[in-house]
Amino acid sequence: MATMTPAIPATAQPARWQDYMQLLKPRVMSLVVFTGATGLICADAPIHPLLGAVAILCIAIGAGASAALNMWYDADIDALMRRTRGRPVPAGRVQGAEALSMGVVLSLLSVMFMGVAVNWLAAGLLAFTIFFYAVVYSMWLKRSTAQNIVIGGLAGALPPVIGWAAAAGETPLNAWLLCAIIFMWTPPHFWALALYTSEDYEKAGVPMMPVVAGPASTRRQIFIYSLLFTPLCLVPAFTGLGGTAYLAVAGLGGAVFLILAWRVLRSAAGDSADPRVDGRLYDVRAGAKDARNLFAFSILYLSLLFATLLIEGLLGAPSFMNLIPGAA
Amino acid sequence: MSDANDPQSPQNATGGAGQGPGPDPMKAKRGRNIALALGLVGFAVLVFLVTVVRLGANILDRPL
Repeated sequence: MATMTPAIPATAQPARWQDYMQLLKPRVMSLVVFTGATGLICADAPIHPLLGAVAILCIAIGAGASAALNMWYDADIDALMRRTRGRPVPAGRVQGAEALSMGVVLSLLSVMFMGVAVNWLAAGLLAFTIFFYAVVYSMWLKRSTAQNIVIGGLAGALPPVIGWAAAAGETPLNAWLLCAIIFMWTPPHFWALALYTSEDYEKAGVPMMPVVAGPASTRRQIFIYSLLFTPLCLVPAFTGLGGTAYLAVAGLGGAVFLILAWRVLRSAAGDSADPRVDGRLYDVRAGAKDARNLFAFSILYLSLLFATLLIEGLLGAPSFMNLIPGAA
Repeated sequence: MSDANDPQSPQNATGGAGQGPGPDPMKAKRGRNIALALGLVGFAVLVFLVTVVRLGANILDRPL
């Protein structure tokens, strides 16, 4: 499994239940729950509220399971990076075998429960997502190609499709549009972070784009992906998915996103090592502030896009196309 | 969940591998047991409720 010998201490202190919760990456889980719920609501299909809640719970548990499998497999490189060395397995609070067991059991539980309680299309998509993140991304792409987070981003992009499938039993074009938005958001988001944490990735032997292609190429690619991503965010307003509020948020936020990406392109982010305070993602030296700003805003922008769709869906707001005479 | 967390084990009796004082082993184990129990009970209740939702209508519609 490992390409290097990790300095992982044997479990020495008693694990608390919070350590096992940490294996599930609760912050990632909350984002997945949010996008999955947006897909479920936007499907605009009748589903019993309890079954809708079960679908979201299964998506959350599935995401947590794949995170536990990721932490088991990546314990060796996690131990080498400042951002991840406090995780339960590299810190020695939880044994790798426990993380593996937890990941496998929760994967099976979430997929089977989704299938029995909701439908098997959603269960199949959930199983594929877990497999893609734990096996295709964690075990293969992450350590072998600079395109790791580009291709691996599919796993993080699928939850709205799973939510949609859970509610409607099908996955129309609009569901895949939500998936495409998250997929295209991933490269500028992660590469902005990688620009000022590349020292860590280099130390761990992870071929992130700034390590392999250099910071200048990464800044250029961030800008190119931003040019593709921001217009894509406008599309749901013209496919009957988003309303006027969505169009406004996507347009204004997209403009800010492009400005920040342009600043990253013109900056020196990633050109020199960044002596950050351990574990903090937002404390950076002056040269990396543009990358830090894009990283932070990318989270806000994606959250706003999906929150607007979610609220419009809950309120039953008309889509933007329905407001244009003769366009619907 | 782990033998290494057993307060009776020699490793933990000596305070672990030089990690310094950590959380009380018994307290940590109790916390894990409570969390596991709550999870199992919650899961059982959820399975019951889902069964009622999925099959309840069939029971009400059965011929008498």
